[in-house]
Amino acid sequence: MRGAPLGVLDRKVLRDLWRMRGQVFAIALVVAAGVSIQVSMGGLTVSLAETRAAYYERYRFADVWAPAVRAPQPLAETLRALDGVASVETRIIAPVLFELGGEGPPPSGYVQSLPHDGAEPAVNALHLTEGRLPAPGSSDEAVVLDSFAAEHGLAAGQRMTITLAGRRESVTITGVALSPEWIYAIAPGQLAPDPALFGVIWMNEAGVAAATGMSGAFNEASVRLLRGASEPAVRAALDQVLAPYGAAGAYGRRDQVSDAFVTAEIDQMRTMTRLLPPIFLIVAAFLVNIVVSRLVAVEREQIGLLRAFGYTPVQIAGHYLKFASVIAVLGLAAGAAGGAWLGAQMAGMIAEYYHFPFLLFGVDPAGYAVAALLALGAVMLGAAGAVRRAARLEPAEAMRPPAPADYSRGLGAGLARLKGLDHQSRMVLRQLLRFPLRAGLTGLGLAASGALLVCAFYFSDAVEAMVEDYFTLANRHDLSVHLSDPRAMGALDALAERPGVMEIEPFRAEPVRLRFEQREVMTALTGVVDDPRLARLTGPDGETIAPVPGGLVLSRDLADRLGVGPGGTVTAALTRGARPELALQVIATPQTWVGSGAQMRLDDLNRALGDGDVINGAVLRVDADEAAALYAALKDAPGIAGMQFNAEARRTFQAIMDESLGTVIGVFILFASVIALGVAYNAVRVSMAERDRELASLRVMGFSRGDVSYILLAEAALITLIALPAGLAAGALLAWGMSLSMSSDVFRLPFVISPASFAYAGLILVVSVALSGALVRRRIDRLDMVKVLKTRE
Amino acid sequence: MASPQAAPGRTDHTYEVRGLSRVYGDGPAAVHALRGVDLDVPDGELIVVLGASGSGKSTFLNILGGLDRASSGTVMFRGQALHDASDAALTRYRRDHVGFVFQFYNLMPSLTARENVALVTEIARDPMDPGEALALVGLEQRVDHFPSQMSGGEQQRVAIARAIAKRPEVMMCDEPTGALDSRTGVRVLEALQNVNRELGATTFLITHNMSVGDMADRVIVFADGAIRENRVNRKPVRASELSW
Ligand SMILES: Nc1ncnc2c1ncn2[C@@H]1O[C@H](COP(=O)(O)OP(=O)(O)OP(=O)(O)O)[C@@H](O)[C@H]1O
Ligand SMILES: [Mg+2]
Repeated sequence: MRGAPLGVLDRKVLRDLWRMRGQVFAIALVVAAGVSIQVSMGGLTVSLAETRAAYYERYRFADVWAPAVRAPQPLAETLRALDGVASVETRIIAPVLFELGGEGPPPSGYVQSLPHDGAEPAVNALHLTEGRLPAPGSSDEAVVLDSFAAEHGLAAGQRMTITLAGRRESVTITGVALSPEWIYAIAPGQLAPDPALFGVIWMNEAGVAAATGMSGAFNEASVRLLRGASEPAVRAALDQVLAPYGAAGAYGRRDQVSDAFVTAEIDQMRTMTRLLPPIFLIVAAFLVNIVVSRLVAVEREQIGLLRAFGYTPVQIAGHYLKFASVIAVLGLAAGAAGGAWLGAQMAGMIAEYYHFPFLLFGVDPAGYAVAALLALGAVMLGAAGAVRRAARLEPAEAMRPPAPADYSRGLGAGLARLKGLDHQSRMVLRQLLRFPLRAGLTGLGLAASGALLVCAFYFSDAVEAMVEDYFTLANRHDLSVHLSDPRAMGALDALAERPGVMEIEPFRAEPVRLRFEQREVMTALTGVVDDPRLARLTGPDGETIAPVPGGLVLSRDLADRLGVGPGGTVTAALTRGARPELALQVIATPQTWVGSGAQMRLDDLNRALGDGDVINGAVLRVDADEAAALYAALKDAPGIAGMQFNAEARRTFQAIMDESLGTVIGVFILFASVIALGVAYNAVRVSMAERDRELASLRVMGFSRGDVSYILLAEAALITLIALPAGLAAGALLAWGMSLSMSSDVFRLPFVISPASFAYAGLILVVSVALSGALVRRRIDRLDMVKVLKTRE
Repeated sequence: MASPQAAPGRTDHTYEVRGLSRVYGDGPAAVHALRGVDLDVPDGELIVVLGASGSGKSTFLNILGGLDRASSGTVMFRGQALHDASDAALTRYRRDHVGFVFQFYNLMPSLTARENVALVTEIARDPMDPGEALALVGLEQRVDHFPSQMSGGEQQRVAIARAIAKRPEVMMCDEPTGALDSRTGVRVLEALQNVNRELGATTFLITHNMSVGDMADRVIVFADGAIRENRVNRKPVRASELSW
């Protein structure tokens, strides 16, 4: 460090880097890809988790929800006194239909009551983005959920008409709000949020109570726990207290739909963060290994000379480590910047579906430190072998020229006897077989790229299969109607006779807790007709799996959560009427990709509940020409709590998947191509550097540029040819792993890969290799024969 | 042995060089490697090229061999202008007419001796059998060996076999014995002389060894980018009689 600002060796580092800038750039790009995923997805995982935690804390998000049919208001004090309970808010929740004009299906949703005195709710507070809460004592003022308001252009001061408990009412909007309960505002049983069709409003308790006949009562208690309290214990206590009042069973955040979706999103992001950066960094390590090994091999004599001058092995090692670390730092800088940008983009996308009052994408210093550690670690690891070899070179040994490359042994020599091979091809094969490790690493890198590509296309295959299975095969209805209360079977007759209704299938869905041994799940138990045709659970060949008397058809995901298989007997605890506990034998566990299902025969369910031949919903197939008139009529029909439209659901689900998956697939393809380009470019460049004398000799002898390129590029082509099937197979494996790890309560990714996906992946891989070939080809064209041949090897 | 066939309009000169200059770089840093060289080279001669280091020998040979281009002046090869030939034309010219031998043998380490020679015969118009070419340089016993299994002299003789196997009309040898000891060097020169006699190829041989001039039909001495001396040797000796 004395005197000269930059030592001679350091200047050599810079010149080497500049001379090999193409390769350095390619490797840095691969590092950058890995770092940017680590920074963006890792940062986003942390940001999302922290944002959620802060939001929940500040707005007092409940830990437990305890629904009931009708519990007297004074019971709230009993609940507050329970062990482990910090605070309780009771409220009335009721289904509403919205009348907002416009054609198309009418939106539905919920009204949730706010405390009667106009106070802030003790649990589940609202974040007002506009206006104010309903005035104390008002019974016709409402606050509207932000996403719903935005979709329909609703603002404070406007009036709107709602149907609440069969009565049309006009309410004034006083404000627009976000709620921690509705971060992901999705209608029950739906796959994707659709603000056009689903909304939530908040009104004062008095108004809601009057409309629903719930004065002096509540039908849900939301509870915050004391730190360290046992959630199962509190839930059990709540259930016990509320049992006489029709408790449906208290549930925790795990079963709260919005939170479950946020959790799934975070989990998926975490999976990606764990899976992807290592792939890139391992590939980067391969590349560094190849390049530094080559550099050390070429500079043997220079190293010997330096050692003879008195440089220490540590100084030699330091020299090459510096070279490698510059690559790491370049990749790191680009990756950190790219990652910050990518993270902000992704945060923006997430904020479209997940509504937080604030979602700041940020990467804490620790996040960058982890990325830096990973990148430097990978690059240093890649360089380690070659650097050690350099440091260990004895001066005398290093000054001796290396023995000429020996092709006389091994498989390569055998090829001499292979007839029908031209000499260029023979050179290609022998070169490959002489450096099997390098060829192998190159192949592995290309295979990794191929695997990522297959995986990218797999996502869209899986979604397509999922949509097809759920919307076309299993659910063949156009519309499902939910009644606010169970009604006699005859209630449907009027509906069935309406023009446009082609087919109708009634059902009764009741909340249930299914238990098997020590495990329990909360779900809906659906009583279905004997031969369901419209809303079905289906077997592997699309055949209907209908429940038999006394039997339960349980979707595979629920069966897995319970640890039960066909033949097992589960306990189904119902919450209506006499709150019967049924022992049901599982007769089949069909795989569902979307949602879950627990079906038994409608007759069995009604008999068990003992409240007559009733239903609380139906699925319908309707004539498209009559649909509009039908919707309008249904809107006014009494007792209808909500409607869901299959085509709409399919459209929104598809749109969400296209947008979010489209980005993921784009990023995958971009980064996978970066790997392919980086790996192929490096392989060809190193091979060219190693053999420039040979190539120059060939040019001197009168071989054309095409001939010479062939020798070099055929090598890459051959490796690609071998790596391609391996990569596609690895991609299938990766996709399989994704199908397992990306599944949530809401959906599971089916493991299906279309031939087209393999074809696209292969094509992109081949094009990437060809592109790097074309880049190197330009260098072959500029090969200076005289210069190369003038120097000794 | 076949000597080059006469084509219409052909002179009995392999090359006619006029005002040949080669400048590397420009401005004050420009290096004038050749400054206006004139030379006629009769067919079939063995020409030894001498001169101090940096005097322009390699530059001259590279231009005649179609590896490099003149900055100005003309080079005619049997009626064909090399100074304004296209790159593809130069490649064809090298492939069809010129054999090169360098100080560093530049064999393909991944090919055996025979394959190294065959590499050239495959693209030549009227090649000899690779075995025959190797026999001409006394390597009939080593045809299936890889370069790593051969001595430097043997490798150089493979390089010569490779150069002659296409029956070139011109041989360009830039210090072919530079890396070899005296005895091995003599064997290599013998091989070259043999080939020159048998094939009638006009042969250029750059060397720093004055005594090699004794085996030449003509000796050219370069100095400072120009030909200082151009002398015909009436009585060339056999290579085997040389020593240094
Ligand atoms: N690519 C180049 N760029 C710049 N100058 C060059 C280049 N090649 C050769 N020269 C210069 O041209 C001059 C002639 O070089 P040339 O290689 O022809 O010499 P030579 O007579 O073959 O020398 P030697 O006996 O050392 O091989 C020298 O001064 C050399 O420095
Ligand atoms: Mg020279």
